[in-house]
Amino acid sequence: MPLRKGAAALGVILAFPVVLGGLALAAAVLDSRTRGTGWAGPLREAARLLGQRRRRTVAADGLLVTAGVCALLTAATLAGTAVLPLGERPLADLAVGVVWFNAMEVAVWAALWLTGWGANSFYPLVGGYRFLAQGLAYELPHMFALITVAVGAGSLRVPEVVAAQRGLWFAVAMPVAFAVYLLSALAMAFWGPLGGPLGVDVAGGVRAELSGPDLLIFQAGRYALLAVAAAAAVPFFLGGGAGPGLPAWAWTLVKALAVLALLVWAGRRTAGLRMDRFTEASWLVLIPAMLLQLLVTATVAVAAR
Amino acid sequence: MIAGIAFWALAALAVAGGVAVFVVDSMARATFALLVSFLAVGLTFLLIDLQYLGVLVILMMIMEMCVMAVFMIMFMMNPGGLMPMTMVHNPRGAALIAAVVFVSLAAGALAVPPPPRRGAPPADPARALGLSIMGDKMLVMMIIGVAILATMIASVVLAVHGGRYAAGRSRSR
Amino acid sequence: MSAQGFLLLAAALFATGLYGALSQQSIVMLMMGLELMINGVLVAAGASWYYFAPARADGQVLVLVAITVMALEMAMGFAVTIAVFRARDVDMTEGASELGG
Repeated sequence: MPLRKGAAALGVILAFPVVLGGLALAAAVLDSRTRGTGWAGPLREAARLLGQRRRRTVAADGLLVTAGVCALLTAATLAGTAVLPLGERPLADLAVGVVWFNAMEVAVWAALWLTGWGANSFYPLVGGYRFLAQGLAYELPHMFALITVAVGAGSLRVPEVVAAQRGLWFAVAMPVAFAVYLLSALAMAFWGPLGGPLGVDVAGGVRAELSGPDLLIFQAGRYALLAVAAAAAVPFFLGGGAGPGLPAWAWTLVKALAVLALLVWAGRRTAGLRMDRFTEASWLVLIPAMLLQLLVTATVAVAAR
Repeated sequence: MIAGIAFWALAALAVAGGVAVFVVDSMARATFALLVSFLAVGLTFLLIDLQYLGVLVILMMIMEMCVMAVFMIMFMMNPGGLMPMTMVHNPRGAALIAAVVFVSLAAGALAVPPPPRRGAPPADPARALGLSIMGDKMLVMMIIGVAILATMIASVVLAVHGGRYAAGRSRSR
Repeated sequence: MSAQGFLLLAAALFATGLYGALSQQSIVMLMMGLELMINGVLVAAGASWYYFAPARADGQVLVLVAITVMALEMAMGFAVTIAVFRARDVDMTEGASELGG
């Protein structure tokens, strides 16, 4: 019996990088498709970057750039440990999994700012500051969405959040929170309309001075972050592995890919948001809406007890 | 055993980060050295059953240090550390006072026998904390709430040119 | 790993922060020293909860208060710094000594 348990644990540990890498690659391929560079675009780009020589800027703070680039991929991976669907439970089944996911996703603030600052160049710095402003705008509604999920489930543990959706998916029970979560998923992965930190108007922003393997790791981190943000919607709002016919892990993967495709497609189809406008809308509309949603959810949770 | 090694490694990292804050020239590095110190402390909390508070420290401090970095760079003459300069007064006296404080605190920690442990940690400390601040410690939560509100109003009044009602006029469209 | 270890860590962080708070001329660097001192308080409060009285949540509440105080200290500190800078064009402690005797 312990042997089988050990084998199962090993399977989960081995499955995690496969699932994370697969989802990140799927994000890259989907993105490449919508841009018209074909299925093999990401692989060609990766091969090109691996062979590219590093470009350096004058008086750059190399330590901080390296820390920032690595922190992006690390944050996405660590956020994934708590939420990525692997059978019954995620790799790191923390009692405070929801908070852990939030903390790791906030680490992206530091990662982008460090990358932007370290290059000692104008456009990356603008991009880094843009992401801090974006973070201040999206983070409060996003946190309220996660809090609403935790209140609805009565737990911060991700498997218990999934178990609480046996009767009704949270996407249906708390639609405002789900919509806000999808919007903040775009914001946290600086994707599509919220891709200002990497905007073409600032020559690529944070990644403007990155090259070679650095850029490869940065891009991998960005796709992994988008994939994790999409995959997290499954345990939080879409009932985890619940579904007819297929086993739980297959359903979670299908749902994660569907959310991912939706995010990539929506990111391509929408115009960029100006951050001062987005902040205003976020604080004046989304926060009150989330507070109302939280009130409704809390009332239902207390009444159902 | 592993927990012990992890604790001392994290403790060394926390203190090293704290010292680095006042050693490095670059303000960006100083801010993120302080963040390293906080992250190490947050991780030590995971070793003593404080999962919620440990992750909360990590979450809050990353956000706080990112905002802090903006202000550090705004207010320092030499944010990038490309032109080393010292901006300290009476460093010897300060170091002496700090050393005396450390020695007396450490002596107190080591010399006074620790009180016996009362009770055992609950199964879910986060739940105990939540019940506590919404129950018999609710006054604490209420005061924190009012203090946060007062801080928000006061900081806007102080920071916006011409007080809080000027915020709308300075906005560019 | 013991109560003494945690208290030693707390003392070291507190003393390092005290050095910074006493010696730095720039207001923002002084605030980094204050944050480091509160970091020491966090460690001491968390360890006291775990090693001395884990059955009651008092130690955890103290950590929560310390975290809040840290955030408030930073918000107010920067607001005051901005106000002082705007009024007097100084960002050094010596320049803002009107309240001194």
